[in-house]
Amino acid sequence: MALDLSFVGRTYPAAEPYEVGREKIREFADAVGAGSAVHRDVEAARAAGYQDVIAPPTFATILSMKASDQLIGDPALGLDYSRVVHGDQSFVHHRPIRAGDRLSVVLHVDGITSRMGNDMVSLRAEITAEDGELVTTGRSTLVVRGEGA
Amino acid sequence: MVLAAADVSVGDELPPVSLRITRADLVRYAGASLDFNPIHWNERFAREVGLPGVIAHGMLTMGMAARIVTEWAGDPGAVVEYGVRFGRPVPVPDDDEGALVEVTGKVTKVLEDGTFKVNVTASFEGKSVLGGAFARVRLP
Repeated sequence: MALDLSFVGRTYPAAEPYEVGREKIREFADAVGAGSAVHRDVEAARAAGYQDVIAPPTFATILSMKASDQLIGDPALGLDYSRVVHGDQSFVHHRPIRAGDRLSVVLHVDGITSRMGNDMVSLRAEITAEDGELVTTGRSTLVVRGEGA
Repeated sequence: MVLAAADVSVGDELPPVSLRITRADLVRYAGASLDFNPIHWNERFAREVGLPGVIAHGMLTMGMAARIVTEWAGDPGAVVEYGVRFGRPVPVPDDDEGALVEVTGKVTKVLEDGTFKVNVTASFEGKSVLGGAFARVRLP
């Protein structure tokens, strides 16, 4: 309860870029049952107008979760990880993530509110390519269950 | 085959999808997504924190449910936005049947930028597990 509101507006840049690999995309596509050839076959992806194989719509969770872990693990905020629940998640894709991308993530703390004894932390992960192009915006809410909840 | 915008109307229902989620799927997804939270693979730990047992990653249900939209659109890259709220957890029993999640979708709106809004539902044992789920789809 009562998280430090001064964390609103803080940003956490990722230490190093994430390199998107073809095999990782295939592995993730298999794990979510995404059967399209554009996740697996470079020729099929090119025929569909992409430079390389593209990632399924929720692949960015790999990057946004890692980014959120920076906040969750920040001792200054003092989150009790065992009480943290993922409340919601969305992704806006400015373009599909594709193999060969070197992606940087900056996590933004957009808001902290309290509702019915729970703290809600609104997070935004801005994912950009090496040339600065904005690729994906991930938004999520972490719910920190109160002691009585 | 990629769906053409001209062939889509508000009110269209997407072909429904049934997802069967087994413990093996949870292990595979944990590795692929790097989400190793033990509530998704360790029965003892899950019970200790008050869950009925091992539950599916919400992000796995979200990721699998996306299929209803990507398979309908014919191009996964057509999904320009996808969002869900995580409602009830999906417990995954330690058997070969796993948990059955039923997914439906319906075109609800054409937005100003020409993209289609598709509302998605996902239910387990008749109860919703993803709230307010939707996708925005750009079709040629």
